[in-house]
Amino acid sequence: MAMSRDEIERQVQEVLVEALGVDEEEVTTEATLMGDLGAESIDFLDIVFRLEKAFGIKIPREELFPAEDLMNNSELIHNGKLTEKGLTKLREKMPHTDLTKFEKDPDINKMGDLFTVNAIINYVENKLNAA
Amino acid sequence: MRWIWIDKFIQFESGKQAIALKNVTLAEEHLHDHFPGFPVMPESLCIEAMAQTAGILVGEAKKFQEKVILAKIKKAVFFDYVKPGDTIELQAKVESIAPEAASTSGRITCSDKLVAEIDLMFSHIDQNLAGKEFPEENFVFGSDISVFQSLLRDVLAGAGKESGQN
Repeated sequence: MAMSRDEIERQVQEVLVEALGVDEEEVTTEATLMGDLGAESIDFLDIVFRLEKAFGIKIPREELFPAEDLMNNSELIHNGKLTEKGLTKLREKMPHTDLTKFEKDPDINKMGDLFTVNAIINYVENKLNAA
Repeated sequence: MRWIWIDKFIQFESGKQAIALKNVTLAEEHLHDHFPGFPVMPESLCIEAMAQTAGILVGEAKKFQEKVILAKIKKAVFFDYVKPGDTIELQAKVESIAPEAASTSGRITCSDKLVAEIDLMFSHIDQNLAGKEFPEENFVFGSDISVFQSLLRDVLAGAGKESGQN
């Protein structure tokens, strides 16, 4: 019983509205979780828990929001930017995210912008299809 | 001294759910100011009571090895006042639990009447803020779990409702 992308989008939207206390209109597919929707670190876990419940999937730690691992490794970060090695790692970890823009200026402070509503929808879609 | 804001557990199912009681009395000084002539339990303190009930439930699930802190109030909706003389029943349920955090849902009732719905998130801070240093002691119960045992006295004695610890 495959879910259509529209249905996934609607459910993801509902999860974010509840987890972040934002209005439905704010949750566009391009919206970034931190910048546009004001998510903080604990909210990411809240979102993960809610997605697991809403879609009946298991989301391993660091799979959906894999920032922490990279941040603590000096081999992957140099002068506040991801190194080539770091980027390769990030691509591996975030196959559901479009990184082309970020790759031009891989400033770690901009990493928050990678977590978009669209990235979550992609992730859930892949996960459901793989199941 | 640890500030305990619930009186006892009457049900405790490890890692799943717990029910605690709190008796509200006019001897609590803040009730004289909140409000003069109309004493009602502050809603923030209803949240605290739920945070302790659910926090102990979450802490016990990992045998008090994690430092559990309240990280987010996901929902707090109030339907009625709590007044001196009331005994409130705090029912907390673990919704999700992971190495770094847990989420709980909860209801407060008074004589079977719904008073509040309070859903919370707890963080296991050592698992989250890697590299930052926190005090050694556990925020829930550390090596001394005598307070926990005293809160659990009825459950341990089998005098609570039909449920046991673990």
